[in-house]
Amino acid sequence: MDLLGLTIKNVSEKLKDGAFSCKELIKECLSIIKINDKKINAFLTLNEDGALKKADEFDNLIKNDKEIFKKKPLLGIPMGVKDLYTTRGIITTAGSKIIKDYNPPFNATVIRRLIDAGVIIVGKTNEDAWGHGSSGENTDYEPTKNPYDLSRVPGGSSSGSGAAVSYGACLVGTGTDTGSSVRLPAGYCNLVGLKPTYGRVSRYGVIAMASSFDSIGHMTKTVYDNAKVLEVTAGVDPYDGTTVPIRVDKYTKVLGQNIKGLKIGLPKEYFVEGLDNKINISIRESLKVFEKLGATIEEITLPHTDFAMAAYYILVPSEVSSNLSRYDGVRYGGPRELFGAEAKRRIMLGSYTLSSGYYDAYYLKAAKVRTLIKQDFENAFKKVDVLIAPTSPTLPFKIGEKVNNPLQMYLSDIFLCPTNLAGIPGLNVPSGFADGLPVGMQIIGSQFSEELLYKVAYLFEQETQHYKIRPQFKNG
Amino acid sequence: MDKKYQTIIGMEIHVELKTNSKMFCGCKNDPFHAEKPNIYTCPVCLGLPGALPVANKKAIEWTIALGIALGCKINKFSKFDRKHYFYPDLPKGYQISQYDMPFCFDGKVETSFGPIKITRVHLEEDTGKLIHQKVNGRNVSLIDFNRSGVPLVEIVTEPEIYSSVQAKEYAKKLRQIVRYLDISDCDMEKGGMRLEANISLAVIPAKAGIQDKKGNNRLDPLLRGDDKILELPNYKVELKNINSFRFLERGIEYEIERQREILEKGETPIQETRGFNAEKGITYSQRTKEEAADYRYFPDPDLPPININDKWFSEIESQMPEALEDLFARWIKEYKINREMTELLFETSNQAKWLDKLFSEAVKAKLPVDKLINLLIHKKIKTELFEIDQSQIIAEYKKEVTVDELADDEIVNYIKKAVTANPQAVADYKAGKGNAINFLVGAVMREAKKKIEFNRLVKLIKSSV
Repeated sequence: MDLLGLTIKNVSEKLKDGAFSCKELIKECLSIIKINDKKINAFLTLNEDGALKKADEFDNLIKNDKEIFKKKPLLGIPMGVKDLYTTRGIITTAGSKIIKDYNPPFNATVIRRLIDAGVIIVGKTNEDAWGHGSSGENTDYEPTKNPYDLSRVPGGSSSGSGAAVSYGACLVGTGTDTGSSVRLPAGYCNLVGLKPTYGRVSRYGVIAMASSFDSIGHMTKTVYDNAKVLEVTAGVDPYDGTTVPIRVDKYTKVLGQNIKGLKIGLPKEYFVEGLDNKINISIRESLKVFEKLGATIEEITLPHTDFAMAAYYILVPSEVSSNLSRYDGVRYGGPRELFGAEAKRRIMLGSYTLSSGYYDAYYLKAAKVRTLIKQDFENAFKKVDVLIAPTSPTLPFKIGEKVNNPLQMYLSDIFLCPTNLAGIPGLNVPSGFADGLPVGMQIIGSQFSEELLYKVAYLFEQETQHYKIRPQFKNG
Repeated sequence: MDKKYQTIIGMEIHVELKTNSKMFCGCKNDPFHAEKPNIYTCPVCLGLPGALPVANKKAIEWTIALGIALGCKINKFSKFDRKHYFYPDLPKGYQISQYDMPFCFDGKVETSFGPIKITRVHLEEDTGKLIHQKVNGRNVSLIDFNRSGVPLVEIVTEPEIYSSVQAKEYAKKLRQIVRYLDISDCDMEKGGMRLEANISLAVIPAKAGIQDKKGNNRLDPLLRGDDKILELPNYKVELKNINSFRFLERGIEYEIERQREILEKGETPIQETRGFNAEKGITYSQRTKEEAADYRYFPDPDLPPININDKWFSEIESQMPEALEDLFARWIKEYKINREMTELLFETSNQAKWLDKLFSEAVKAKLPVDKLINLLIHKKIKTELFEIDQSQIIAEYKKEVTVDELADDEIVNYIKKAVTANPQAVADYKAGKGNAINFLVGAVMREAKKKIEFNRLVKLIKSSV
């Protein structure tokens, strides 16, 4: 069983055919993790007993119920869960030391849906504490490493999920994307990573970072796998008043349909100085593929892009400072001095920008900028169907390279955070490699256009097959 | 009347709504009847990581109904905000409340001293309850979250209340309106309705002396506008957590006296929060506020803004009972009721509807409604109000007021027996004790085992003795 090269699609077929059992599959995952994770640090908590028990249960179901794969579309699929997701009975730390022993009494809505669909949680994955970061280095535990180059970061904040899927520890990893946190690790780990439309996937039970930004996404090796998972996670949730009752498409149905006549916009503000030329070249190569597939490409403008970062770093810390108030050490968890440097930085920033006398000048002003950014995208989508841009201005950087310069670290999100301000969806797809490192490309769409993003990404993936290049990672 | 200081009071009253479920989760809203602490809780009202609030539609509708009943304007576009402060009974570190867009604003409540302007009516969530007690010999603080997340309405007035009596009247009136809408039990003892008064004394300049009929300085137009002649004092004392109308009145009275003494010394009372000690009859300092707390309000991103469109608004309006003032006006006109008496009979609009039917049947039966009300209040008619058919009450009433047919000489026979049996009462009567005649009336009726018209009997006793 070569988990490194397998996808959800392959594994589902093999489980159906009886090529291997759920138990064999989960045992293989756990053994890969045990051998490799000391080096990668993708996992914070393993769910070994729970996963094996579930595998037994499913193997019985497979034997006795021919229809089981229809009832449970993700039956037996091993999943890594970002530690911001509350999982009943499995320690949930948010990557922080404050709640290092927190054992939630309930499951996040998305976790409940995925479990109902048959996934098996193999463990909880590492992350920048509370989701604050772009590299994974802000974890209060050991930082996760990039499976393509162990001296480099895997991208964050969903660092563990990205690395875990990438090195074959599981087939899907959940993430949360507040400013970049699914798409960046997907880009750095050669994965497909979705930041869904705000309101498409329930946030209930996912520990809040910045509530009006948090988008509940996931990473997989392929577009098909990614679409398959969204079919389960998307949809209105009575426990989350910000979810929207818009029909959930059968995303996998449209994969393979042609994209002739598709209009692609290139935001000129995303192809500027500071963008690594190797990435620029990779994206331009990819654009040729789209042209070959029948798409047309034109340059467009998102004029307020320059202000996005500033607005983001006022609004997000404001919400962060509020959301972290509940960790007061009274009923559970440790005292507030256990917050890491980045969390403290954001609590202070946010408390300041919300203070009376400063609120109008900071929070309110930034909220107005947010509206302008949103309008930029709305105007762009009057002209084109999707936007394509690099995911990150740089290749995966060295561990430690930016830890002492928060501003440099923040700039890793410069092409990604505008979509969170606007609440629109973005999908990272592998664009190729430079210096042996993955290059990520993002496809951005208008609100609730996930189906279109998958359709566009799928044809490109079929043409290029970059996902097949897995890390040169030898077991042991 | 020569007054040097004018009392200025603004009130903030909290009322817990009696919706079935809590404000932002599905937990049962019944903190006062819970058998044990922390049984009506869930991740949302415990503020567990990842839990999200979803607003209770009923609570919003009831808040708007209260606003309408108070003559408020309604914000058709409203939202919830987060109010941040740390306290162990506040599990999220913030309270979900409303800051700059309350559901209702600009209303008024009439009192016998004049109208009181309602600044705003907003909806928020209640906190948990701290219990300080000894466990195994150790002093501990326990938290009960049964109350956490219970819908709480806050009604704020302008500083336009000018006496303790008016404050009490306002608070009682508000309770009556809330109970009439049947949206809260307003159980003051348990904290279902909590009173808070901001009290200060303003110095009356020599030229201000316009007085009303009762001799109070008329200040309503004097605090506002270009021609205002009274400045709001530069301090205020918050009298908090008052759980009875009587304590409110006494607490304010005490404060007026305390503040007057300080002002007389040429000092300014400290801006602070004070409580009322009912046993000692005094107020005491709880917390001094050097400066205004910064609650870092901002719109709660978990709760989408609320659009009260015309359709929803008219639905709320159509479900409201006849306005209390209209009801009394109609009853006075149609049934000649006495308002103060009738107010003692009922609380909710459903009870009012029931009484309305009773009164109309009484009129049809040509019975005096005011007398019926009197008998009901004094429990002379043994019955369960609001639960039985009105015709039964009418029958009971008739039985109660109907007298037995008796000839004068028959009555005189009974009087003789009663007089013989009660020589002391006769002596008392002759000595001029007025009560004695009532005693004899009772004695005759008991002797006769009959109902005799009171005045006729008194007359006959007087002539017999």
